[in-house]
Amino acid sequence: MMDPSNNHHAVTLTVNGQTRTESLPPNLLLSEYLRDHLRLTGTHVGCDTSQCGACTVLVDGAAVKSCTVLVVQLPGTTIETVEGLGRPDQLHPVQEAFREAHALQCGFCTPGVLMTAVALLNGDPHPTDAEIRRGLDGIICRCTGYENIVAAVTRAGNGMAAAQEVG
Amino acid sequence: MTLGTFRYERPSSLDEAIRQAVEAPGARWLAGGMSLLPLMKMELAAPPALVDLAGVEDLVGVRERDDVLWVGAMTRHAELALHPLVARHASLLAAAASQVGDPQVRNRGTIGGSLAHADPAADLPAAVLALDATIQVASPRGRRGIPAGGFFLGPLMTALEPDEVIVAVTVPQRGARRQAYRKRPHPASGYAVVGIAASLRWEGDRVASAAVAVTGVADHAFRAQRTEALLTGEVLTDALLVEASGVVTDGQEVWGDLYASAEYRRHLAGVTTRQVLEHLRADG
Ligand SMILES: Cc1cc2nc3c(=O)[nH]c(=O)nc-3n(C[C@H](O)[C@H](O)[C@H](O)COP(=O)(O)OP(=O)(O)OC[C@H]3O[C@@H](n4cnc5c(N)ncnc54)[C@H](O)[C@@H]3O)c2cc1C
Ligand code: FES
Ligand code: FES
Repeated sequence: MMDPSNNHHAVTLTVNGQTRTESLPPNLLLSEYLRDHLRLTGTHVGCDTSQCGACTVLVDGAAVKSCTVLVVQLPGTTIETVEGLGRPDQLHPVQEAFREAHALQCGFCTPGVLMTAVALLNGDPHPTDAEIRRGLDGIICRCTGYENIVAAVTRAGNGMAAAQEVG
Repeated sequence: MTLGTFRYERPSSLDEAIRQAVEAPGARWLAGGMSLLPLMKMELAAPPALVDLAGVEDLVGVRERDDVLWVGAMTRHAELALHPLVARHASLLAAAASQVGDPQVRNRGTIGGSLAHADPAADLPAAVLALDATIQVASPRGRRGIPAGGFFLGPLMTALEPDEVIVAVTVPQRGARRQAYRKRPHPASGYAVVGIAASLRWEGDRVASAAVAVTGVADHAFRAQRTEALLTGEVLTDALLVEASGVVTDGQEVWGDLYASAEYRRHLAGVTTRQVLEHLRADG
């Protein structure tokens, strides 16, 4: 016999380096878990229908729209959100480049853009402009017109490659 | 947007998955969730239970088996786009997968989910049609293979029975074929306004056999039989190219919408087919 609906599941997730196991209902979206349960409100929800990419986080290194995935789908995975990227006094190279290249205005889309850019640059630190535009296909920014975002990603890639050579 | 409640199962074998679906009437399979979860959020679907296929080993991987390429149903678009075996034996499938949606969608969405969902403007249906692939399915009654040509029946309608699960897609390896996929994406949604998948086998400078499949144009993806018949056995002259691409939507009820009228779609399908055929002629 089947249990009733909304059966909770024990899910182990590592979020920004911290591992937790929690019993969670199946209808809980990753975006809701991050924002409402963990209070990691850096991940923004824009469209809530998988169109805008503002909610993008990394799941085992891959960019994923957190508004369109259930937490119960992700047992044993590692999640990185914008809070895990850098600190105000120690920005991640992508954050630094976005600041320097003026790649944000209102900042609403920025957490998702940053995470999408990090995934792209981890795969290839020197993408062409066309590859950057393709890589950022899943995000929508209503302010910048994208030019500065593309410039920032190029700049960030150079920064990440340089950091790797030094480190 | 909070989802309604439902039961969630995460089986680790195919038998278990099939049994759980039988025990929960109305249950839906969950693969990448890239089509099903948005439908549930918009309350266009409210399944009482989801059976998640992500833990089912039998649906994972890409292999060569005898003389077919076996692509597990849970293969994600991103993996399909980059897999060396897919590149070698079914390059148009890789090309189509690399153009689905955006990187985030390709990181989650699967070939099984895309074919089962059967969006009339989806990319992979055209790809499997042009490759003469077979959709391998399992159910409480056992297994069967459904030829791609008989799989797509209408918008979001397929030959799958509700209790059948796609296990894999198999692609026959019939010698060297030149193949390509070309898509005219809708600028906002990214789905195909027109998508043309073509695979040609050559004997010298003649086309020995031709498979041309079209998506985005009618209520389901289809094979352009008149185009194929015109090409078969012929030298691909400029005149034949124009003639064969001009009939690519013949016999189909072409649809129109706010973005692209039926007339425009028919024209765009012809132009895109001509470009694909020109490419396949020049390529090699
Ligand atoms: C923003 C966005 C843009 C997109 N753009 C495109 C595009 O340009 N081109 C394109 O082709 N697609 C596009 N898609 C759809 C995408 O390709 C989906 O991945 C695909 O349609 C569904 O695959 P899924 O694995 O996510 O399936 P799910 O959403 O999990 O399931 C879809 C349906 O298939 C059923 N199902 C899943 N797996 C199986 C199985 N193994 N056997 C039987 N039934 C099964 C489910 O029950 C459900 O009915 C887009 C999606 C989004 C969100
Ligand atoms: S909020 Fe998730 S894609 Fe827009
Ligand atoms: S900075 Fe305002 S939406 Fe991108």
